[in-house]
Amino acid sequence: MTQTALLINLAGVLTAAGPVVFAVIGETVSERAGVINLSMNGTILLTAMAGFAIALATKSVVLGFVAGAVVGGLVALVVAFSSITLKQSQVAVGFVLTLLCRDLSYFLGNPIMGQAGPRLSIVPIPVLKNIPILGLLLFRQDFMTYMSFLVILLAWLFIFRTRPGLTLRGIGERPEAAFVRGAPVNRLRYLYTTLGGAIAGIAGPMYSLSVKAGWKGTISGLDGIGWIVLAITIFGGWKPLRAALGAYLFAFLQWLGLVLQPALPGVPSQVLQVAPFPLMILTLLLVNMGNAEGVKRLIAALPGPARHAMDKMLRALNATPPSSLGTPFDPE
Amino acid sequence: MRDNRSEKGWQGPAFQAGAVLLALALTALILVVTNAPPFAAFANIALGAFGSWQVFSDVLVSWIPLLLATSGLLMTFGAGLWNIGIEGQIMLGGIFTTWMMRSLASSALPPAMIIALSIVAGMAGGMLWALLAGVLKAFGGVNEIFGGLGLNFVATALNLWLIFGPWKRPGIASMSGTEPFHQSLWMATLTPQSRLSPAALLLAILAIVIVFFLIEGTYLGLRLKAVGRNSHAAFLLGVPTRRYLLLAFALCGIFAGLAGAIQVTAVYHRLIPSISSGYGYLGLMVAMLVNYRAALGAPVALFFAALNVGSIQLPIMLKLDSSLAGVIQGTLVLLVLMAQGLRMRIRKRRSLK
Repeated sequence: MTQTALLINLAGVLTAAGPVVFAVIGETVSERAGVINLSMNGTILLTAMAGFAIALATKSVVLGFVAGAVVGGLVALVVAFSSITLKQSQVAVGFVLTLLCRDLSYFLGNPIMGQAGPRLSIVPIPVLKNIPILGLLLFRQDFMTYMSFLVILLAWLFIFRTRPGLTLRGIGERPEAAFVRGAPVNRLRYLYTTLGGAIAGIAGPMYSLSVKAGWKGTISGLDGIGWIVLAITIFGGWKPLRAALGAYLFAFLQWLGLVLQPALPGVPSQVLQVAPFPLMILTLLLVNMGNAEGVKRLIAALPGPARHAMDKMLRALNATPPSSLGTPFDPE
Repeated sequence: MRDNRSEKGWQGPAFQAGAVLLALALTALILVVTNAPPFAAFANIALGAFGSWQVFSDVLVSWIPLLLATSGLLMTFGAGLWNIGIEGQIMLGGIFTTWMMRSLASSALPPAMIIALSIVAGMAGGMLWALLAGVLKAFGGVNEIFGGLGLNFVATALNLWLIFGPWKRPGIASMSGTEPFHQSLWMATLTPQSRLSPAALLLAILAIVIVFFLIEGTYLGLRLKAVGRNSHAAFLLGVPTRRYLLLAFALCGIFAGLAGAIQVTAVYHRLIPSISSGYGYLGLMVAMLVNYRAALGAPVALFFAALNVGSIQLPIMLKLDSSLAGVIQGTLVLLVLMAQGLRMRIRKRRSLK
């Protein structure tokens, strides 16, 4: 592979990771506020269908993305209402929505299945596109891929460098303390869950209007990605930069699977296509393991150098979720 | 959610009936919006599920794995666990069954013996896969939802690898699955054309009966529930929580493995890529809907199976996608959950006055 071909391929990896980035950042925002939006898999499918349908009907890609964000926000609003106001289990409601939104997308998307529709076009950025290597990699993308770079940065800035971001972390970490300091915990949780859902809702149209253009129903190849998004959110340790890294890693592994295929004739292609999923989960296990009592004891029993090495590795990978994640908050 | 002492007995069922009606109304609305005739659609589903003995026997074929999944999940739900990994457990049941079938196919054992051993192997496979999620949860601190999801993907990869690799059909590997077993190794069905196996039906009914008695009538069930409601308190009271957690996983895995085994031996007669067919996830919906009451598991699972089978004809009859069944099921479970929350909210308001 020549250098140019490799760069174009890697630029493709960045494009393919775009929707995952949006979904992971959206989920991170929601979980930072203490609400798990488990419906990701359904949200991505439904927003992909809705975004494509609207773009097809209005001939406007922009409206397609708006539709995706609105639908994603509405699904998240159902999660928020059921869990915050009606005090039902977030996991239960999220799981039902996962299946409901999936089937709804197949049912409602049936008439537009397989149709050719509008799609995003590449917008090279003048001047920047001519930078050697980076130009080819970063600055010859479509508009939404640029936005996916931006959303990582904005989310990081907001969560860690602003006052409302501090409150956001507060309502997920110590809702009682935040409440005492005057933060309207449940109202903010509504806000951030819906906002997170809307951000994640961009992911669907990014698939149906760019990465995997069109709506192909059950063979769209989108079923399963939402579950990976939830795994990457944990892998990312609820930090936007690390979460984005996870998204790129996942897209890279998927690409690698395709590239390696001719080199590994013994391994069926179907296995390589799903290979990133178990790999991602293995990493997830490592991330979680540092928190477990049993593992801690096991490491403590190791001889000196091995213990230090294990300790360091686990600490680097380790991530603790927001303390009140998944639990309701009752101001009374 | 489970404490009904402080309210009038009619209120719970009234809210649930309201949720069911609202779910039907919402689905009808979706149909109207998409220019489809709602009554024709519902009638088609009913006819497609109960219109003839042939279609009803298909409903029963679909009821069997769903009932088994529900039975298993009632155990894990009882222990407060979200065993989302049940899809993988069903798959491993299918894989282990196929493995045993292939190893014994050319042996001198009588076919009935081979089938029985293969089913037992499938149950063991499901149990092992469930225990893996349990061990990750109990000793690795990995939430069972994410551990289970991960194991689902691993199971899918394993299944595909076997079908396209070591167990591929001579000549061509394809999505249609492995080479079908010899006809003598198929589980006996009611009639040669039917896919309904009376033995499988019996096993599934037995499963839900066992679970009903385990949950309602034994010390084990009581302790499981104690672990599920307040694991820490149960631990302080001397219940070995880890052991009960693993036990719940193991029992659920056995039922899930049995479901996979039946799909392989009685329905498909081979291992196929989508051997679990989403029955695990659908079982989660049923278990959620019946909310620990095992007695309701059988009829609700039958209703869900009827929706699935009844909607198969929709694309041909009305040019509607068969996923309408899933839309009805999802809307129903969502609204029942919301009605539950609403009822608690109203009750709380009243008690504050």
